[in-house]
Amino acid sequence: MREYFANVKQSFKLKHYVNYIIVLLPLILFTILHYAGALNRSTPTLLVQIGYSMILAVSLNLVVGFLGELSLGHAGFMCVGAYLGSLVCNGLVDKLPLMIVLVIGMIVGGIAAAVFGFIVGLPALRLRGDYLAIVTLAFGEIIRNICKNLEFLGGAKGLETKWYSAFLAARNTAMPLFIPTFLVGLLMLALIQNLIRSKHGRAITAIRDNEIAAKAMGINVTYYKLFVFVISAFFAGMAGVIYAGTASPIQYSFFSYNYSIEILVMVVLGGMGSIRGSILSAALITYINFVLKSNLSGDMAAVKTLVYALILILMVIYKNAPALKPVRERFNLKLLGVAIREKLFKISHDAATVTDDAGEWDEIPTKIITDEVLSTDLALSNYNPDKPDTNNK
Amino acid sequence: MENIILKTDALGISFGGLKAADNVNLEIRKNEIYGLIGPNGAGKTTVFNMLTGVYLPTTGTFYLDGEELRGLSQEKINAKGIARTFQNIRLFNNMSVIRNVMVGLHNRPEFKCNPFVSMLRLPGHFDAEKRMRAKAKELLSIFGLLEERNTLACNLPYGKQRKLEIARALATSPKLLLLDEPAAGMNPQETEELMDTIRFVRDNFDMTILLIEHDMSLVSGICDRLTVLNFGQTLAEGGVDEVLNNPEVVRAYLGDD
Amino acid sequence: MSTLIDGLSLGAIYALIALGYTMVYGIAKMLNFAHGDVIMVGAYTVFTTLMMGNGIWAKILAVVVTVVVCTVLGVCVEKCAYRPLRGASPLAVLITAIGVSYLLQGVAQISFGAKSHPVDFTIKGSVGGINYHTIVTLIVATVIMVSLTLFVNFTRTGRAMVAVSEDRAAAQLMGVNVNRIIMLTFAIGSALAACASLFYLMQIPSVSPTLGSMPGIKAFTAAVIGGIGSIPGAMIGGVVLGVIEKLALSIPVIAPYTTAIEFSFLIIVLLVKPTGLLGKKRREKV
Repeated sequence: MREYFANVKQSFKLKHYVNYIIVLLPLILFTILHYAGALNRSTPTLLVQIGYSMILAVSLNLVVGFLGELSLGHAGFMCVGAYLGSLVCNGLVDKLPLMIVLVIGMIVGGIAAAVFGFIVGLPALRLRGDYLAIVTLAFGEIIRNICKNLEFLGGAKGLETKWYSAFLAARNTAMPLFIPTFLVGLLMLALIQNLIRSKHGRAITAIRDNEIAAKAMGINVTYYKLFVFVISAFFAGMAGVIYAGTASPIQYSFFSYNYSIEILVMVVLGGMGSIRGSILSAALITYINFVLKSNLSGDMAAVKTLVYALILILMVIYKNAPALKPVRERFNLKLLGVAIREKLFKISHDAATVTDDAGEWDEIPTKIITDEVLSTDLALSNYNPDKPDTNNK
Repeated sequence: MENIILKTDALGISFGGLKAADNVNLEIRKNEIYGLIGPNGAGKTTVFNMLTGVYLPTTGTFYLDGEELRGLSQEKINAKGIARTFQNIRLFNNMSVIRNVMVGLHNRPEFKCNPFVSMLRLPGHFDAEKRMRAKAKELLSIFGLLEERNTLACNLPYGKQRKLEIARALATSPKLLLLDEPAAGMNPQETEELMDTIRFVRDNFDMTILLIEHDMSLVSGICDRLTVLNFGQTLAEGGVDEVLNNPEVVRAYLGDD
Repeated sequence: MSTLIDGLSLGAIYALIALGYTMVYGIAKMLNFAHGDVIMVGAYTVFTTLMMGNGIWAKILAVVVTVVVCTVLGVCVEKCAYRPLRGASPLAVLITAIGVSYLLQGVAQISFGAKSHPVDFTIKGSVGGINYHTIVTLIVATVIMVSLTLFVNFTRTGRAMVAVSEDRAAAQLMGVNVNRIIMLTFAIGSALAACASLFYLMQIPSVSPTLGSMPGIKAFTAAVIGGIGSIPGAMIGGVVLGVIEKLALSIPVIAPYTTAIEFSFLIIVLLVKPTGLLGKKRREKV
């Protein structure tokens, strides 16, 4: 036991806990404000939205940023979680206290989504790049189409979530939903970061960097791909249950591929392979959406889409255009941070090297090499050992 | 013969009619440095790909320590004890040097650790990580890469990348190490160092090494025996001097004059 | 029988859209997610033109204007949004394309409202249970596809396109103006989308800002089924998908699950043949 704590202490580095602090501080702050009665009506809703967006973005980042597979079906997992979790919650809401119902619902929703994650992960073993992306998208749409037509899931009207009404009724007495949401967020953060910062995380990033070499090193690519899809789907399912706690009835139309893409946008803007980036960009994008939505009504709601689209295009072009590279290098926040640190603490810091020896990392310098994500050129996994290639004449 | 570690039995593969390798018979003894040479396109790398499970041979089979490995997946073959490097270096470029080696250590039984143990940070995790790191450092110091352990693999100079690939392959604790053109792109001095490293690995890791190489100084310097491939077929085999003076081999390399 | 013909004509529409996806993918190596919204813009162009009049001449004018507007739009989008990102990671281009898609939808919604408007663009009447517009769609789409195939295979520019799709760097070294070829590809793709929007309006006579997304995504599916990057593949994929959709819709029990069936078909095809029906398998050298 003592040895264990010694190990924990030894591997402790403050910078590994920054992400927790980023989530924990607002949680504490807003909890205090809430119980002091200083929050306005809409803030808790916004916080819940930020919470589940964060869970979605981080879990998608595990697939896109760390495993290096493009997935456009994240909303589909969320859909499974939302529907099945709510079904369970609806059944239990009168019998148990709200928070226990919520926990059970999240576990059920998460597991259900994880099962689907496994199924979607199977094609990932054979397909790469665009082909996998379209298959994940297709899975999401299939799930939605089925939810739309099953009577016990509410059909086209959507599924009534009784416990949403229970939440509403208990608004003034019960714990606001954003507290459990953020707690789940913290739990997820701990699990995913611990996974990434372990030998398994190394194996996963090795698959992303060079699948052929990873196989040659004896990494069980099948196992890890499925594992990542399952874990990622699990958390998306939980996020779905949380979402269901803010809306009634839940509508199949919410979980369209457009929403999957919105999550992907959060991941890409935050930086693939950067968990902190995902958290921050999820919060930012959700906030922008929320503000625009609540201030614009009717057809002017389209202005929201417009602003959003422009931000997206300009940011991507700014961050990626080859021609703007000199500008980016001049206004690089990270280098600025390094410079400030050097000035303040007189530490010399070589930005090109990762100086941290504890075997842990926060941001993996991720640059998915051109063509790697969206190219069929790397279709080696299509290789079928039974038939030595016949197309290669 | 009791100490033959790798035996291939009429190994061959064809891609849609083209026989990339045909009837390749190798017998490699334990602790030997064995060279596989031949002109470009002779099917040397194809043989490596068959031995590591990237391609499934269409004919023939191969045995490691008497155990047939044909048809196993790449990761299983690696677990059975064949590790390789690549002709065009394939490091995990976005990972630091030490992590590259630690990926190689991944499957060793002594570092076994369930993903859930890692996710929940149970005691086993720290223990395994610590020992893996120590082991990786040990390997890196052998290859003189300890100083650069925190550099990103893609930022290493070329010669060191080659070394790192060998270190990473060794980390999987193989019985047989396949090196695909380890001296490609190296200057004479680096090649000299590489030869020492290869010998060192053979002696200190109790290793058998099969290597593809075009650099004849390296081949004649360290190989015990050779096989020459040409158009997928075995042209000659045997001791280094004998093979390199074989008129057919000279013809295959230099043309018919 | 009439179901089959309907399916073929829907398939022809999908094929036209899928061609745009597949050509852009093959030549510019990007997924143009905004392609579906070009259809929407085309449909709104018809709507606006027909507000001025409703005679046969107005309709012909609408056809011309739509094709021109869509082509110009495609070229502009390429120039403003995608060209700065040439050489950047494909994922960045994909996200930009998504941004463009939102942008077009937003503009449409601000200009015309979120509600759908009826458009009278169909050709009324039928022969032997088959609508005229179905026949027109089939004939015109076939002509377009045949001429596109001829263009790609037998003209200098077409061959340059093939060259760029095979190896951009090599094509550039051989003196092909890659930027011009990519722009041309977008122009052709958008013109095809314009035609698709016309046929689409004949079948479903109403416009809304999100009109393009479902046909867009289905055509994309079709392109992948056929093997993305392959022109004949896109045609076959489109037709197959259209027929499946109409067949599924004609059976009441499974009609609600049509979307699920189409996407399942895609998954099955890809599991059996991971590069689609006519896709080229490229192997990485180890």
